[in-house]
This record gives sequence, structure tokens and C-alpha cells, in this order.
Amino acid sequence: MAIITRRTFIQAAGAAATLPVLGNKAFAAEKIKIGFIFLGPVGDYGWTWAHNKGREQVEKELGDKVETVYVENVQEDASAIPVIRDLAQQGCKLIFTTSYGYMDQTIAVAKEFPNVKFEHCTGYKRADNVSTYNSKFHEGRAVLGTIAGKLSKSGTLGYLGSYKVPEVVLGVNSFALAAQKQNPNAKVKLVLIDSWFDPPKEAAATETLVNLGCDIVTTHTDSPGPLQILQQKKLYGFGQGADMSRFAPDAHLTAIEDIWGPYYVERVKAILDGSWKSADTWDGMKEGTVKISPYNKAVPADVVKLADDIQTGYKNGSYDIFKGPIYDQAGTLKVKEGEVMKLADLAVIDWFVKGVESAA
Amino acid sequence: MSTEFIIAAIVTIVGLTTPILLAALGELVVEKAGVLNLGVEGMMLMGAICGFGATVSTFNPWLGILGAAAGGALSSMLFAVLVLELNSNQVATGLALTIFGTGLSSLMGLSYTGFIVPVFGSIFPASLASDPYLKVIFGYSPIVYFAIAMVPVVAWFLKSTRAGMILRAVGENDLSAHSIGYSVKGVRYAAIAFGGAMAGIGGAYFSMVITPMWAEKMTAGRGWIALALVVFAGWRAGRLLVGAYFFGILMALELYAKAAGFSFLPSQFWAAMPYLMTIIALSVISMRDRSGGNAPACLGKPFLPST
Repeated sequence: MAIITRRTFIQAAGAAATLPVLGNKAFAAEKIKIGFIFLGPVGDYGWTWAHNKGREQVEKELGDKVETVYVENVQEDASAIPVIRDLAQQGCKLIFTTSYGYMDQTIAVAKEFPNVKFEHCTGYKRADNVSTYNSKFHEGRAVLGTIAGKLSKSGTLGYLGSYKVPEVVLGVNSFALAAQKQNPNAKVKLVLIDSWFDPPKEAAATETLVNLGCDIVTTHTDSPGPLQILQQKKLYGFGQGADMSRFAPDAHLTAIEDIWGPYYVERVKAILDGSWKSADTWDGMKEGTVKISPYNKAVPADVVKLADDIQTGYKNGSYDIFKGPIYDQAGTLKVKEGEVMKLADLAVIDWFVKGVESAA
Repeated sequence: MSTEFIIAAIVTIVGLTTPILLAALGELVVEKAGVLNLGVEGMMLMGAICGFGATVSTFNPWLGILGAAAGGALSSMLFAVLVLELNSNQVATGLALTIFGTGLSSLMGLSYTGFIVPVFGSIFPASLASDPYLKVIFGYSPIVYFAIAMVPVVAWFLKSTRAGMILRAVGENDLSAHSIGYSVKGVRYAAIAFGGAMAGIGGAYFSMVITPMWAEKMTAGRGWIALALVVFAGWRAGRLLVGAYFFGILMALELYAKAAGFSFLPSQFWAAMPYLMTIIALSVISMRDRSGGNAPACLGKPFLPST
């Protein structure tokens, strides 16, 4: 016999009163949380800005089923671990870590949360719950190199990069090879500034490259700063990660735009229907991950044609910039005539092609 | 090396040096008054966004500079109230100011992202400012001349004026200065505000001159180099000018060495040079002078008068 005392009654009433609240919560929890770790500020108008556009597309297309959380300005060191862990503890079911430098940190946190899925951008370490995804930016660099090789008067091109990581090495090589197809004597001066985002240093490095004879400078760092310097000097450059023409209407010849939205939406859908599996995705122009912005009017029609041909070639699979013969800086033959470099080799590349002048 | 090459290199060096010179001059006065404000980076960012915002709103770069100075000074007042009224720890409060300034400038900058303004460049006639040779003298933003002019002004103020001597007295022995009737707090408020204004103008050099746009965290750690510079210069304005250009040359050398394919030293070594040089300078100063060099005796200590 159940004795209803005042105390148990209150407990029961309290439980009943909280029921609708719990119900709401349970309903709200059905919205699956998706986390994003960003390297820079979302307002960098480059790398992080593009990833954030991808996140916004997830919100737009799947906003009724998922909610997204993001953390900006996350350092690429051990301090990223608690940030990623925090997103997992907040209940994120899928976490995108959007820079190469989060590789080991992502793997470490993924071990602690076997039921959370992770997606690491531009890395090569995977696990059952860690996928990697990348974009063939170098396909875009081949287009930029073609334009630069054709338009440069001095034949000396500048390349402003961040670190010597495969993504940047591929970009430099692709740019140099494409430029040399237009101008066999084209040289590429490379400066790596040991940062992805440092506008004053990017600006000073651009001035330095110009002073050393470069009349076109392409950037593989994330701010529009270099383009502003080129605009002031009436020279040319390219946007990185996003269309940056508003910062330098005359100097901006075109840009490589990173389009992450479709991939993010696809992977979030896979979480929703339970089909998510660890994978290594490396999409490019064909899949629409790499897009070339509208050309500046300073690019003549014949150069536009050359550039468009490369885009078409990549889209129908008939073109590859990493087709031999390719020599390294010392002049050693690295890829034989007629051979094409394999994706696995591209992913770990650490040597520059002939005609690249660099300190390291 | 042609003359044009050297001139272009000098222009780059001036660009790298000016913001750290401005911020360090301000911090020098603050530290001479006995206050250690580690919030330089945050104040520079506040100056950068306020200067940029004021320029976008008024189309007048001079008002932009005023806005930058006001932005830097106002944010420094937050620090001043905490350390002077509440005697909070100066190191911790300064670090908090850096974090606060970084965050607030990002928030304020949200509505300015993607804007550009005309470069606040030389105000000399184009025949001087754009001349391939004369531009080495006339081709700079007014901020550059202001920064260089402020070096003798600060040196003269600290050394030869009554107010400067009071400021130094407050920094060397706050209790004595207090006991003979000087307002320690008042002097320190003024010094901190000056430091904030100078850091703010230094920050605006990034957002109005080098790359005329707003980007979050665009000062990218220059505030810390300015702090190191004050120590490197042994708290002397003249040496500060030399030190600032020495740091500027080091930063430019790093880029030239890389672009020229000079791989004698790893690139990270160049980036660490300003800090390494500061440590070396500190060691030399302390070896030469057992009393701890020129560091103001009350630097970083809270002012706690018995009356």
C-alpha cells in the first residue's frame, strides 16, 4: 500500500511539473550539435571565412535538424585539445577541425570520445571515428600560375606562404610548373612567414618580394593585406580562399575560392542517417570544392582562354599539372616523362620544383 | 644593390618599425611612472579599430588618428582604475587588458569587416612623395614623422621638465613623492592614458597605413615586441629609437633572407631575434650595473601609502 505523505506528494507533483520541461529538452536535444574549430577569426576574409561559409550552409540546409557551434582563433598547439574536448562534451556528434595543425590533437580527443565523429581538414591521420578531408587547392594554383606566367614582365614571381606543409608545397610547385609552361624561364621566389595570419608581416613580405623583382605575388596566407600592397604599387596578385577583389579592385586578378558547404552538408547528412564512415576525401575542381573567381578585366582574352582550358581539363580529368617530366630544385628528375604523381605522393610532398628559390 | 633597392628596403623597415616605436614610447612613459602595463597589444587593437572606424565614418584620417588615440587611452583607463584604485596585480591586469582589447576590438570590428579606406599616406606634394629617391624622406604617412618627433619630445619631457621629473620621482619612489605632496595616482593616470593613446596610434598605423582595412588580431603580436623594446632600450628614449629600428631591420632581414634563398639560419631563428636580443641586452645591463639597470624602482609595485 502506498502511503501518500505530504513529502512524496510534493516529489511526485514536482516530477510531474518538470515533465513537460524534460519533454521540451528531449525534443531540443534531437537537434544534433555539429562543432567547428577555426584557426583564424571568421572575419579573416580567407581560410576561416570560407569554412564559416560552409558552416552557414549547413545551418541553412539542415537547420531544422542540427545546430552548429564554432570556436575561432584556436591555436595549433596543445591548447587546441581542451577546446576540441569541450565541443565533444557539449554534445557535438560531429566535429570539424579545420586546419592541418590540429591533426594530433584531433586524434587524441577522438580516442577519448569513441561515439563522437571527427573530421580533420588537410591532415593524413585517420581513425575509426576520424575522417580526413582536403581540397585540391593546387588545381587552382595551376590556373593562377598560368595567368602569372603569361602576364609577368620580369618573369620573376613571388609566392608568399605560411609554413612548409604539403598543402603549401603543392601550391608552390603547381604555381611554378604552370608559370613555366607559359614562360620557361619563370622563377618563383618563395617566402614562408611562419604564420597563417599576420597582416603587417604579410605586407612587409610582399614589399620585399616586389623589391627583389617580383611583379606578381600570389599569397598562401589568409589576409587580404598583400593585395592591398600590390594595389598601391599598381602590380598584380591573387586572392586566397575567397574572392578578395573588394580589397584591391585593380590588383586582384582572380582568386581561389574554397567551397566547403556541399561537403559539410553531405557529412552532416551522413551523421543524421547513420551512414557516416571514416574516409579520406580529397575533392577538387571537378567536385566544386575549388572554384576560380571571376577574372579581372586586366586579364586579356587569350589568357582567360588558357586559364579556362585548365579548369575544363581538371573538370573532365584530361589535365594534371603534376605530369612528368618534373625536376626538383637541384635539377634531379623526380617524375619521369609521361608519369603523373599519385595522390598518396602528393599528400606527403616535401620538395620544391626547379625554378623555386627558397630559403628552406 | 641599386639605390632603388635600398630605398625600397628602407621604406619597408620604416613600416615595420613605426608602430612598435609608437607603442614602446608610450609604454616607456608608463613604466617610468612605475606602472607595468602589459596590455599594449590590446590597446593597439583598440586603436586600430577605433582609428579605422572613425576614418570610415568621417572620411577624415586626422579624425581617425584622434579616434585611435582616444580608443587606446580609454581602454587603458580600465586598467588604470583597476591597478590604481583597487591595487590589483599589474601583470595580471595588463594581461587581462590584452585579452579584453582583443575581444572588444573584434566585436566592434564586426560591422567594419570588408571595408577599405584610402591609405593615410604622405601629405607632401606628389613630386616629393612619389619621387623615386626623395620618397625615402617625404614618402611616409604623417604618423611616421610624428613617431620620430615624439622621441626627442619624450626624452626632453622626462629629463628636463618639472612634470617629467615628478613623473620619474613617482616611478622611483612613490612613497617619497607622495610624502612631499605629489599626486602619485594623478601622475600615473596621466602616464597610463598617454601610453594608451600612443599604443592606439601605433595600432592605427596597421589599419590605416600598412593595410588600410580592419582584420581581427591584425597587430599579430607587435605589442609584445614593443614591451620587449622598452626593456631592450634600458628605459631611455634615444636608445628606444635605435632599438626600434634595430628590431625593424631584423624583421626585414628575416624576410629578405628568406626571399633571397639564404638558408644559413632557420627561419624561426630570425623571428625569435628581437626577444633573444632583449634577453642579451638585459643580461648585459644587469652585469654592468648591479643595481638592476635603469628599471624604475617602483615598476609593477602597487602604491600603498600609510596615510
